[in-house]
Amino acid sequence: MKHRALLVAVALLLPGGAAMAQSGPWGPGADDAAFAQMLKTSFKGRGVATLDRLNQDETQVFCSDPETVYAPESAARREEIEKVNLASVKWPADGVWLGDWKEGEKIAQSGRGNTWTDKPEQVNGGNCYNCHQISAEEISHGTIGPSLHNYGKLRGTDDAVMKATWAKIYNSKSNNACSNMPRAGHMGILSEEQMKHLMALLLDPRSPVNQ
Amino acid sequence: MHQASTGIAAFLAAVAAVTVAHAQMDNPQAGIEAYREALQDGNPAELHEMAGEELWTTPAGPKNASLEQCDLGLGPGVVKGAYARLPRYFADTDRVQDLESRLLTCMETLQGKDPKVYIDASFTAPPKEEMNALVAYLSGQSRDVAVTVTPEHPKERAMYELGKRLFFFQGGPYDFSCATCHGQEGTRIRMQDLPYIPGHEGAAAGWTSWPAYRVSNGQMWSMQWRLNDCFRQQRFPEPIYASDATIALSTYIAANSNGAVMKTPGIKR
Amino acid sequence: MGKPMKIRAASKDGVTEIKVLMNHEMETGQRKDASGATIPAWFINQVTAKLGDRTVLQAQWGPSISKNPFLAFRIKGGKAGDTVTVTWVDNTGDTRTDEATVT
Repeated sequence: MKHRALLVAVALLLPGGAAMAQSGPWGPGADDAAFAQMLKTSFKGRGVATLDRLNQDETQVFCSDPETVYAPESAARREEIEKVNLASVKWPADGVWLGDWKEGEKIAQSGRGNTWTDKPEQVNGGNCYNCHQISAEEISHGTIGPSLHNYGKLRGTDDAVMKATWAKIYNSKSNNACSNMPRAGHMGILSEEQMKHLMALLLDPRSPVNQ
Repeated sequence: MHQASTGIAAFLAAVAAVTVAHAQMDNPQAGIEAYREALQDGNPAELHEMAGEELWTTPAGPKNASLEQCDLGLGPGVVKGAYARLPRYFADTDRVQDLESRLLTCMETLQGKDPKVYIDASFTAPPKEEMNALVAYLSGQSRDVAVTVTPEHPKERAMYELGKRLFFFQGGPYDFSCATCHGQEGTRIRMQDLPYIPGHEGAAAGWTSWPAYRVSNGQMWSMQWRLNDCFRQQRFPEPIYASDATIALSTYIAANSNGAVMKTPGIKR
Repeated sequence: MGKPMKIRAASKDGVTEIKVLMNHEMETGQRKDASGATIPAWFINQVTAKLGDRTVLQAQWGPSISKNPFLAFRIKGGKAGDTVTVTWVDNTGDTRTDEATVT
């Protein structure tokens, strides 16, 4: 609770803080007021992609400043962000970690959902192959994230691995403040059931990932 | 005699087409490369250039005027090399403008047209087809010209900085910014290589190859359309056509690519 | 009336190479629009090329040809200054004729 109060205070300081605008990496003409004005006049809500998507949470605020993100003096702040994100993780209600890896593969393949051309009833995909190698059979994979081939085989399947993997999928910022990976559970992109299927794709010994 | 040899040539052309199709099935990238090569002097963007030139020179709008006196930055009516120097500051509007926002200004002042019609139309609707054709024509007039975008005016520098800040600005349900995909070197989404925009080489790869004809859907995409679709995939709300955010980003990319040679209009998968 | 074609024709050593870029949607009749309705077939089915007034190419096309077709072919004969005329007709009866001068 004390934790949360501190973060709110920090979040309040960030927008509109004149000192922040000067000490930040942004040059003349790109201070907070000018930037906010530009966003306000340049975007419109369309379909599911409403204007409130431009309202950043504290993680997004922190991660939008490349100069300070990995600066040594930001270490404490990074840890702070990771703690807040870890605290948001909801563990599987029934204590079961793994679903069906075949369903997981479909979710990993799909990049659908949440754009202004997607309908609200669209079942979201996980976008996983866009950035990760996963099953070796799928050669069309991105390289922004690390390879997940042999994920379970290399790490085993004890409870600590299950927990860490679940936390990573549910909220990727829980162990890396400015990870490029979306926060699938925290942001409501994937359901608990879908995340269990992805867990199975990575950790089920029968999954092609571990063959 | 003529007929006979033509028949053989046509047959050979058909064989070539089938070979391309086969290559495409085996390796999509190789197929696209072969198609690109075949189109080297037949980029369908040329059809849009022709249409754009006609739009540029034909009187239209309530004032029944052509766009030929439009000042794209090098003086009224100068089109050669003008695109390679955009975005830039224009004193008459007191704004930094990219090609598309500048065209809207000219359509309003010279032709008496309502820019809102062009801004609000979807990218596949007739008003945007006009814009895309004009962009194809005018970018073609800067083919082989070096990009000269060096923010000097205070408003140009502000636009560059705003574009840089927007490039790193995360938002939406996926926490994406432009930098999520274009902020590391040597990465790709699926099989698609991603240019590293903060660097000269990556910025040049992007900036000098758009606008472009997209083979996969037969559409002529302007830079505004390209940026619009990036934001769509970023899960952001929609950027308004020719808005400051889009011009700021273009200024950032163009200035990072300063000195690179324009290959516009390009051809893409 | 269809949209203009782009035609290039160049003669070298008694052979003329003709390249034609046609502006056409080339709908197969098998695609559906966003609402699920079939988009009607609309494609070029006849192409004729002439050098002067002599027909040098006749082709029958179908819906498998791509949007904005590109056609390149070589003929014996032809010289700088000759006129090349290309005509297409599509399945709706629409037609377009353009010409270019051999260089």
